[in-house]
Amino acid sequence: MASSPEPYFGTARSRVDGPAKVTGQAKYAGEFEARDLAHGYVVSSGITRGKIAVIDTAEAEAVPGVIKVLTHENRPRTAWLDYNYQDAVAPPGSPFRALYDDKIHFSGQPVALVVAEDFETARYAASLVKLSYEAEEPETDVARKRDLSYTPPMKRAGIKPPPKPWGDADAAFDGAPVKVQQEYRHAIEFHNPMEPHASTVIWEGDGRLTVYDKIQGVSNSQGYLTGVFGLKKDEVRVLNPYLGGGFGSGLRPQYQLFLAVMAARELERSVRVTLTRDQMFTFTHRPDVLQTVSLGAGPDGALQALRHDAVSGTSRYEDYQEVVVNWSAILYRCENVALTYKLTHLDLPTPGDMRAPGAVTGVFALETAMDELAYATGQDPIALRLKNYSERDQTEDKPFGSKELRACFAEGAERFGWSKRTPEPRSMREGKELVGWGMATGVWESLMQQSSAQATLTADGKLVVGNSTGDIGTGTYTILTQIAADALGLRMEDVTTKLGDTALAEAPVAGGSWTAASSGTAVMKACRTIANQVFTMARRMDHSPLANVDFDRVVFRDGRIAVADDPTRSVSLAEAMKAGGVDRVEATESAGPDSSHQKEFSAYTHSAIFAEVKIDEELGQVRVTRVVSAIAAGKVINPKTARSQILGGVVMGIGGALEEEAMLDHRLGRVMNHNLGEYHVPVHADIYDIDVIFVDEVDKANPMGVKGLGEIGIVGTMAAVANAVFHATGKRIRELPITIDKIIG
Amino acid sequence: MLIESGSPIAADTKVEIGLTINGEARRLQVAPWTTLLDLLREQLDLTGTKKGCDHGQCGACTVLVNGTRVNSCLALAVMKDGAEITTVEGLAKLSGGNGLHPLQEAFVEHDAFQCGYCTPGQLCSAAGVLAEGHARTRDEIREAMSGNICRCGAYTNIVDAIEDVIQSGAQG
Repeated sequence: MASSPEPYFGTARSRVDGPAKVTGQAKYAGEFEARDLAHGYVVSSGITRGKIAVIDTAEAEAVPGVIKVLTHENRPRTAWLDYNYQDAVAPPGSPFRALYDDKIHFSGQPVALVVAEDFETARYAASLVKLSYEAEEPETDVARKRDLSYTPPMKRAGIKPPPKPWGDADAAFDGAPVKVQQEYRHAIEFHNPMEPHASTVIWEGDGRLTVYDKIQGVSNSQGYLTGVFGLKKDEVRVLNPYLGGGFGSGLRPQYQLFLAVMAARELERSVRVTLTRDQMFTFTHRPDVLQTVSLGAGPDGALQALRHDAVSGTSRYEDYQEVVVNWSAILYRCENVALTYKLTHLDLPTPGDMRAPGAVTGVFALETAMDELAYATGQDPIALRLKNYSERDQTEDKPFGSKELRACFAEGAERFGWSKRTPEPRSMREGKELVGWGMATGVWESLMQQSSAQATLTADGKLVVGNSTGDIGTGTYTILTQIAADALGLRMEDVTTKLGDTALAEAPVAGGSWTAASSGTAVMKACRTIANQVFTMARRMDHSPLANVDFDRVVFRDGRIAVADDPTRSVSLAEAMKAGGVDRVEATESAGPDSSHQKEFSAYTHSAIFAEVKIDEELGQVRVTRVVSAIAAGKVINPKTARSQILGGVVMGIGGALEEEAMLDHRLGRVMNHNLGEYHVPVHADIYDIDVIFVDEVDKANPMGVKGLGEIGIVGTMAAVANAVFHATGKRIRELPITIDKIIG
Repeated sequence: MLIESGSPIAADTKVEIGLTINGEARRLQVAPWTTLLDLLREQLDLTGTKKGCDHGQCGACTVLVNGTRVNSCLALAVMKDGAEITTVEGLAKLSGGNGLHPLQEAFVEHDAFQCGYCTPGQLCSAAGVLAEGHARTRDEIREAMSGNICRCGAYTNIVDAIEDVIQSGAQG
């Protein structure tokens, strides 16, 4: 097949699922109907650590309309071994089991499920379940458990531990003419997707289940259910066509799935369980990590020593791990480096991946420290970063497959007007507001996962493609439609993409910014296989215009196969299939990372973020009035949806810098602001202008040259805002969020 | 009706009300403790209206009640007896067309959503803003729309979409 004109790849297209989403037709997990659907409502623990002494469900069960109250005392048996509860992305440890026994591991742990004929009855009866506890004192403050930190004995799959140190970081730091050594921290953050977690389990009558689950990849839920409940794969089909926001909270199956399936099997009836907003604060979260960054440099800012040490909270039952410190040695060249990452046990639910897990945390610390070094050495922040620019990934001693970070600095600075910045703090002002300009670098992995995809072309010229991964709002339906349409020379309107169904070809969860590369390549391969088959039929036709033409000399365009350098010689797909005697052509292909490319090159996306803040000097109120985010992430399939990915990352980064903060009362071990009125996230009034630039970058890790965009937009944004706050006020704030009390205090 | 505190009540207690939903007059038997939001979603299968927090803090459940935007999670259905309700499913009818409401078209064009879960609330809220008539600038739009959270962070695109509709003069 000659290189096709590729009319859709790289062009801005509105989402193919747009009409469904703006008319209310797009259905989410908790919205599917079933005959005789029962409603489950979760009762949450009132203590953080200890055990249940008495659980009394009599009053709840007496409410007319209540069908069953499930507790640890009457629950049906499930699998015994931890192994059966470990989903595809579980960290090492013993996964939480709801209603397993009388032990309480975290505040808000589910302790009962009330199932009733309708939602209101279940909710009311849940308030009548009486519990008494034997409480123990909880520990939820990572700072108080710092001394008990440990290096995780078992590594989490896919998470690189810190590299071995090189040079002598301590000695070099001691001898360095300029030193920056500070501690950095941000609050625990909760994902809070707008759609609460929900599962609708449809009892099919013969033990088989159809499950609509809020998950970023249905195959993970299916695998979990087969393990926990001893079901065969063909006994449980899991679907989730739309996800109302995930950001990582939907990577692992959450407890409402377990409870809904347990109830449905026990009652032999369809059951739905939807969590409340406050229950959305009872599972995965971005952990509170204590970080120390030590930079030793020459008077010119050239790094001589680099230490980055982190201690992260995890639960007592799983060793959650993310990459926090490695970024420092990936971004900057230095001959004396030591990086450490440790965990400490807390009485909290296991943390989990939240948009750019680890990088958001580590790069905030590093890029704030670099800004401090810029001031300490009198360097421009961009000049300092260029001086220490890494051409190789020192953590793996490999060159980067591509790294156009210099272009990000140049184009971002130009668009932002960085050259007009006066570096002294408090030197820029507008009326009664202090103005601050700050910048930072972002970095994220460019990953690809083994994925399969299927494609079916029918004689009417319609193509259906798909796999089991999810479109988590990123635009996957749209970009796969573009890729498929290009591969067979069809209009996008003639292509339907199906996702989020275990009946489709298997693909992993949508996370890690790997979906465009992974599912995109698999879809492209499946379509090319179909193209080849139809081409073969076309060539075998009597008097075929394509006789004696090789596959690499034809193009697929406007529903026809044409000779690339002689478009008058062509055959329509329909004619070819008719001649071949088929009314459909199907293919399933899989694609995975190119291991030889991986061996040779490191793969990362990069960004430069420029932020302007305006701060009311008397009130201390911070407004982020302008952000320019320049991204180097390979080829962009759809500039419209790609831009939205970056906008979303920047908005969440602004939230992390200024607003997001789970406030724990450590005496109780409980999040006290477990609602969207008090756990602040950005709203319309908080977000002003955001400008996104995609710089040109050629990458060869996968055939499309894409590197992933879901996470890079958030990384570094928090540091850019914090650095702008310093520039505006002269106040260096190293603990996020930057709230008014920290500005005027 | 009053319910004595702490005493179990029958789940089948129902009150008859009349609502006009998306132009269709309906007589409904609803329990007094059922919110307008749960009535729409659980009993009428109008799941376009979303439940994000059930506390009036996120705006995902925004619908138009007699033309005014309201958090449907904070209204008991029985309190709205006689009201005209417009949900996202009926929004297009407001503009008199069979296709999309100008706001719906502008949202698609400006990529004013990602996951789509807050979108029905953003759209109904925006329709309310248009009807209120006092948001013209971007700052005024932002202020007026700040009861509707978008966790995907599509805010700038949402404001672009609403501004586009206001400037084109198309009204809901």
